[in-house]
Amino acid sequence: MTMTELFLLFISSIFVHNILLSRFLGCCPFMGVSSKLKTAQGMGAAVVFVIVLASLMTWLTYNYLLVPLNLEYLYTLSFILVIAALVQFVELALKKLNPTLYKSLGIFLPLITTNCAVLGVAVLNMNEGYGLAASLVNALGSSLGFLLAISLMAGIRERIEENEGIPSALKGLPMALITAGLMSIAFMGFTGIIK
Amino acid sequence: MSKSSFKIITNGILSDNPTFVQCIGLCPTLAVTTSVANGLGMGIAATFVLIASNAVISLLRKIVPDEVRIPIFIVVIAGFVTVIEFLMKGFAPELNKSLGIFIPLIVVNCIILARAEAFASKNGVFASILDGVGMGAGFTIALMFLGSIREIFGAGTWFGNPVVSFEPAMLIVLAPGGFIVLGCCMAAFKAIQARGGAKPAEAGTGCGCCAMAKFCGKTEAEKSECEAK
Repeated sequence: MTMTELFLLFISSIFVHNILLSRFLGCCPFMGVSSKLKTAQGMGAAVVFVIVLASLMTWLTYNYLLVPLNLEYLYTLSFILVIAALVQFVELALKKLNPTLYKSLGIFLPLITTNCAVLGVAVLNMNEGYGLAASLVNALGSSLGFLLAISLMAGIRERIEENEGIPSALKGLPMALITAGLMSIAFMGFTGIIK
Repeated sequence: MSKSSFKIITNGILSDNPTFVQCIGLCPTLAVTTSVANGLGMGIAATFVLIASNAVISLLRKIVPDEVRIPIFIVVIAGFVTVIEFLMKGFAPELNKSLGIFIPLIVVNCIILARAEAFASKNGVFASILDGVGMGAGFTIALMFLGSIREIFGAGTWFGNPVVSFEPAMLIVLAPGGFIVLGCCMAAFKAIQARGGAKPAEAGTGCGCCAMAKFCGKTEAEKSECEAK
């Protein structure tokens, strides 16, 4: 891929194919940890970190282990194991090397193993047949898209949560889902920027 | 069928419905309900994995050491997901294509891991299979319900047959429609519950009310760390 193509991939994975609002990956944390801006950003940052590392590791696993052994069909099993081991390892390493960062990101790490965004990006990279550079760019773009969407969502929810005007049936999750729908409409507007 | 077995099944369909009551497994719910057929296909695939993994995990429950149970559950689930992926590729290639990456992503569907942890690892094989049937049916019904609404109002068809005379709203089939329709359905359920006099379940939000929430802190982290938190 040329630099231009990589750049377009980066932009489109953030805005056009936003992982939350257009691909529907990682909706559980999107709804679950988006009521406070600070926690949402912590979660988003942890996701960026893990998705990029996991994409690197799963790309290596797929191309240097599964393909030579003709075991491509075991990708689901091996990817989830690689991701689980990676998250565990990152948690231990972070705790030893950078306790400050561990304090802010650490609590989110166990939640990330079963976050479908991580496995989803790895599988997408494989399905699209991306090379290493394209995989990493796609991983970075997608996860930044996650950080962007979850931060915007938390910002909106902080303002509407205490609003008395919302009917009681709509409070909480239903309102968050409808907000996400409206955000998704706004993000559809980005479709035009890349042909 | 004894009364308690019947209750295990209805539990999954009604009082503990994974989508509308527990609010878990949101990603496939939003992504595959663009048509009722996709919803049904996803529901059947997830039900198969749920029943099979519940049965195996229930058989293994006395052998598996507590500390490594989650990785073992995940391996069992991933094995069955690979099986269903092969079956779908072979027998329903069109469906496989339209469900796309959401088939391998059944592995991380929290409904399945949650049932393994909350039910199958504590109950006998027969009860676990029934629980799988009930939860799977509840999930499938929810997906078909949402799929029907989105297909009828967004594309004007039901199972591909034209059913309405008005101009359908494309938006409902697109991504925003998924969020909005699910949000409105949940609000409607809450309103009905409130009118029926039942105190509406405190609407947990996604991850927070996922049955795994109280476990997943312990899954990968060491127990001592978890207690420190």
